[in-house]
Amino acid sequence: MESRGRFRRVGLFEVGNTLLMLAVCFITLYPMWFVFINSLNAPERALLGTINWFPEAWSLDSYRVVFNDKNLMNGFYITTLRTVIGTAAHVLFTAIVAYGMSRSNLIGRKFYMRIALITMLFSGGLIPTFLLMTKLGLYDNFWVFVIPGMYTFFNMVIFMSFFRTIPESLEESAKVDGASDYGVLFRIVLPNSMAVIATISLFSAVYHWNDYYQGVIYIRTQDLLPLQTMLYKIIAENSMSFMQQQAMAQFGARLPGNSIKFASMMVATLPILAFYPFIQRYLVKGVMIGAIKG
Amino acid sequence: MSQHRSGQMKAFFRQWQVQSMVIPGIVWMFVFCYIPMFWLIIAFMDYSIAKPMLQSPLVGLKHFEDFAADDRFWRSIRNTLGMSAIKLALGFPIPILFALLLNEIRSLRFKRAVQTISYLPHFIAWTIFGGILLNWLGEGGVMNQLMMALGIQDREILYNSDPQYFWWIVYFSDVLKETGWSAIIYIAAIAGIDPALYEAAELDGANRWQRMWHITIQCIRPTIAILFILAVSGMLGSNFEQIFMLKNNMNMRMAESLDLYIYNMGLVSGRHSFSTAVLFARSVVALGLLLLANYTSKKLSGESIF
Repeated sequence: MESRGRFRRVGLFEVGNTLLMLAVCFITLYPMWFVFINSLNAPERALLGTINWFPEAWSLDSYRVVFNDKNLMNGFYITTLRTVIGTAAHVLFTAIVAYGMSRSNLIGRKFYMRIALITMLFSGGLIPTFLLMTKLGLYDNFWVFVIPGMYTFFNMVIFMSFFRTIPESLEESAKVDGASDYGVLFRIVLPNSMAVIATISLFSAVYHWNDYYQGVIYIRTQDLLPLQTMLYKIIAENSMSFMQQQAMAQFGARLPGNSIKFASMMVATLPILAFYPFIQRYLVKGVMIGAIKG
Repeated sequence: MSQHRSGQMKAFFRQWQVQSMVIPGIVWMFVFCYIPMFWLIIAFMDYSIAKPMLQSPLVGLKHFEDFAADDRFWRSIRNTLGMSAIKLALGFPIPILFALLLNEIRSLRFKRAVQTISYLPHFIAWTIFGGILLNWLGEGGVMNQLMMALGIQDREILYNSDPQYFWWIVYFSDVLKETGWSAIIYIAAIAGIDPALYEAAELDGANRWQRMWHITIQCIRPTIAILFILAVSGMLGSNFEQIFMLKNNMNMRMAESLDLYIYNMGLVSGRHSFSTAVLFARSVVALGLLLLANYTSKKLSGESIF
């Protein structure tokens, strides 16, 4: 196909299609670029919100306010913490359950699978789940970010089918050498499953980093709010954190809310943007595994 | 019999290590999936969070009658169906179209670059994406400047405060954010088509559009059918993170979807039993929709999920 294509006449369709694809790229990238330049723009310029390509007057004032805002920085810390702990807990717990389930000699395997499958078809929904969290003492508790997200059926199935592809001879020889089931899992199976672990970890990490909704529903204490929930409050509810109000009073109209919003958005999304080029192929791989299974 | 059972017990305890891997998972499922399911029965009670559930009085279908008589409930049904219908009719074909057009790009490197860029927005949080949108649609924002420069409107419109635009904002933001990501599955399906089919068609003199229609579309039809079934069965749901971000007091009339209604009634107003009744009714209808869509698809195209 490739070599033949080179000699083919470049038609109107090719030109139009290429232009369309370039337009798609532009529409996708420009919003992020817009946030970036306006976070760096001098605050009085950012207020105007005009369409532009480069900052008209460079300034780091907005970032200074964001990084000096104790609340936002605490939010950054909570988000980082829940991303690390939440992801580790999810991958470890789901992988261990999946390994047990993948053993063909597991007694009660059919019964366990049926229990797991039903959770796919039916669920309690928002209110019963909320009441349960309250009764378990997870309301306004950091662990609400971790424990309810420790397991998903979908990822369990992905792990399970991956573990099945690992040659049994590897596990057999370890068993002969006297390794326990846990020994086999941690010394043979998991080290041979790095690709699937990477994919599932990334999905889990992106989820934890981006989620604002759990924080809206379950968290009341300011000190436990993740960064994205704070951003939600700043953007959608137009509430300013205390430090920002002080900064506003100090700088007056020179530092309007808009540029601070852009700077906080940039800080909140920079980790995703920075890692994206390196992790995107794992993410796509994850979807492909999921699609084949589903 | 008893000997057989004790043998099984012995075998069970002999594999205690494997069992100890699975059982915590089952316990987790019991707590976080089965207890909430069981808790759905408060839809038939006057539940108050201060008392144990089983001491709450049974009230039969009272809450179901209440929400059926609530205009705001029917408004939320209208909003949910309206937004879902737009997404289904105008949004569902877009990733397919994108995958088809991307497939026509000959340069492998350009194709890959476009694809990588196209699914970036999927990984941007709704707070960020919604924040940009609210800024663009607001006073003096990009949208107003653009429309005024093009002469389409002569004064500022506050798009996000005017309820009549809400459904369209939801639709367009969904297309912008998810098109690339949703296309992945079609792109993969297209990549799996046997090239010999195209070569044969080319020899027979089929042009680009004929090849697209008769080969590509026909080959990815099972994928399309399955995703369509899932989309139809999800019609009573909405993207909560999206709507929660874009809604405000001014556009609530068109923004309150069923999900948001359940949230507002249950968690904001604290009517737990009432909201659970709505949840309960929705689950039943959603299950029916899934079965219906599955049946229809099986009859029409031979494709189904079960």
